[in-house]
Amino acid sequence: MHINPLEQKWLYVSLAMIAIFLGSIFLTAITKGVHPPSHIETIDSASLHLSGEFAEDKLGVRQQPDGSLRVTLVAARYGFYPNHIEIPADTPITFRMASVDVLHGTHVPMTNMNTMIVPGYVSQITTTFPKPGDYPMLCNEYCGMGHDHMWSTMTVVAKENWHGVAKADNLGEKP
Amino acid sequence: MTDSAARRFVLDHFWIAFGAFGLACVLGVYQVLERSGIISALQSPAVYFASVSTHGVLMAFVLTTFFIMGFGYYVATTSLRMPIWNKGFAKAGFWIALLGTVMAAIPLLLGKASVLYTFYPPMQAHVLFYLGATLLVVGSWFWCVVMVVMLAQWKTAHPGETVPLPMFATTANAILWLWTSLGVALEVLFQLLPWAFGLVDTVDVGLARTLFAWTLHPIVYFWLLPAYIALYVFVPLAAGGKLFSDELARVSFVMIMVFGLPIGFHHLYADPQQAAGWKLWHGIGTFAVGIPTLLTAFTVVASLEVAGRARGGKGLFGWIGALPWRNPMVLAAILSLLMLVLGGFGGLVNASYAMNAMVHNTAWVPGHFHLIFAGTVITMYFAIAYHLWPRLTGKRLFSESMATLQLWCWFIGMVILSTPWHVLGLLGQPRRISSVTYNSLLTLAWKPYELAMIVGGLVLMGSAVLFLYNLFKTQMEGAAERDLTVSYAEALHPVGRLPDVLNGFRVWNGVILLLMIVSFGYPILQFFLLQTHNPSAWGY
Repeated sequence: MHINPLEQKWLYVSLAMIAIFLGSIFLTAITKGVHPPSHIETIDSASLHLSGEFAEDKLGVRQQPDGSLRVTLVAARYGFYPNHIEIPADTPITFRMASVDVLHGTHVPMTNMNTMIVPGYVSQITTTFPKPGDYPMLCNEYCGMGHDHMWSTMTVVAKENWHGVAKADNLGEKP
Repeated sequence: MTDSAARRFVLDHFWIAFGAFGLACVLGVYQVLERSGIISALQSPAVYFASVSTHGVLMAFVLTTFFIMGFGYYVATTSLRMPIWNKGFAKAGFWIALLGTVMAAIPLLLGKASVLYTFYPPMQAHVLFYLGATLLVVGSWFWCVVMVVMLAQWKTAHPGETVPLPMFATTANAILWLWTSLGVALEVLFQLLPWAFGLVDTVDVGLARTLFAWTLHPIVYFWLLPAYIALYVFVPLAAGGKLFSDELARVSFVMIMVFGLPIGFHHLYADPQQAAGWKLWHGIGTFAVGIPTLLTAFTVVASLEVAGRARGGKGLFGWIGALPWRNPMVLAAILSLLMLVLGGFGGLVNASYAMNAMVHNTAWVPGHFHLIFAGTVITMYFAIAYHLWPRLTGKRLFSESMATLQLWCWFIGMVILSTPWHVLGLLGQPRRISSVTYNSLLTLAWKPYELAMIVGGLVLMGSAVLFLYNLFKTQMEGAAERDLTVSYAEALHPVGRLPDVLNGFRVWNGVILLLMIVSFGYPILQFFLLQTHNPSAWGY
């Protein structure tokens, strides 16, 4: 087999490029824990709204016993419930989302909050929003004729202006 | 190809492919117009999503499958100098695929299958849609069998000889497609069809998405390989040179086949039903499959440089100007490679395990695949059509200058269409919306880009009309073409005897089997170990 020396050099350059790309992915994955949402957890779409964390009175922003913040959302044609949430900036927020009907997905533009919401599975994603402001939270997966209208809003409040989860929101929370 | 019936057979495939292409282009223009919202009478989610589903199926399944089958028969008969093996069998494949296309088209056009070309359970389409899609794939399997048998027969008749490169690559594609289509076939046969017929009530969406992801990546290589074949065997010759390396071309085809398959989870990075480790594993393979494309780019550019210098081009870049830019094949290759560089860069972003979160399901993604598929791949399909039409019809190409104009229009239109599309994605616009209803200031920034996309769409439509018109006029009124010889580029260094691994696929099938078991074994098995709760069917 004949390999031209130029080809050989190009092959090394190609391998080096691929190594750099993969190296940076592994570096951020291992040292900073940057992973895509991959929480294999099943749930029954047909009954999730009847009890447990996805029941209507349990949805929204909650402070966990360990002080961390959790946002529980239901995705259903055509909206995310509750349809407005308020969270502090520079604070890790864990979203837990489930669909009661078909495939959905959501992303918040200009941030790395982006996940599919697959019926039968819970989507869990933790991220931090550095910039305060009003953000739309858009359904990004075709879910039917009303898909264009499926969105909700999220207000990110500067950390110093954040006064904690409203009391009313925490009613019924059992640690 | 001396047998006129065989030429007719190849032309039939091409006309179905390009007919589907023409119709899908019209739908594309409608979609950019509808999406921009400038003509309120056009606004209709029902029509839009039926249109997007049809556009996707026509472009990605019908155009590609028929084109690839036709091109494969042409390459097999001309490079091996053999008639089509078992013509009746090949014809059966053609008719089954055509029947499937018609069966799927009816519910699609009636808005009874607006589930997009990715199927998207638990939304349920009309059962005819799933049956039609299945028959289209089954028809293509007939073609795969013909390719594999013809290669085997040739090797038996020519022991120890090296298989011609175009046929080596075409057979690689046939085998790749058999492996690729197995994923979606399992999904349709064991999940969607029993469910659409009402035999079972529910469908495990996680499993369905996993099986579809099996198919979803390598299918793009099934589409891409004919373009690469043209880059390797037609372009150097059209430029007046030789292929820089035959062996490395084979290495590239084998690498695409082996690494292209076990990497589908980069489509599932944002999905909750697969673990991070598996996604990372598929991510590694996704980057590895970039290597054969980097090699291809090198070999094709090197071949062009050899040709440019032979034509008197001097200096570091002088050879580029010396290339025959008015030759459709050479022009297509240059434009195609340009789009491959841009699209490849975008692909690196999508492939990046974590960075993908910034673009997943945004307008960036259709921007990316239009640049690579509608840009790089389809541009080479055009060039192949211009190259083969005289050889298939016996008529001289109606207008070579119209062909080069058409290629430039397609390139310019694609740049105007896909650049704003990428920007819209970075500005957070979701893909797959029919209108912008969000009451957010952000959407004001989207407007100019949506308008630019209309211009791109119209330029592309004009280019598509020129393409079809040129082919039609050639066939109907072209002057008789005297030179019907079929030739493929010779290698700079004549290929001697090659090791078996670069002259056949036995070993590689074993390697693929192993990699597929490693990459998909447990991720599929887990759905039978998990306690899953499967949803029932929904309309849309």
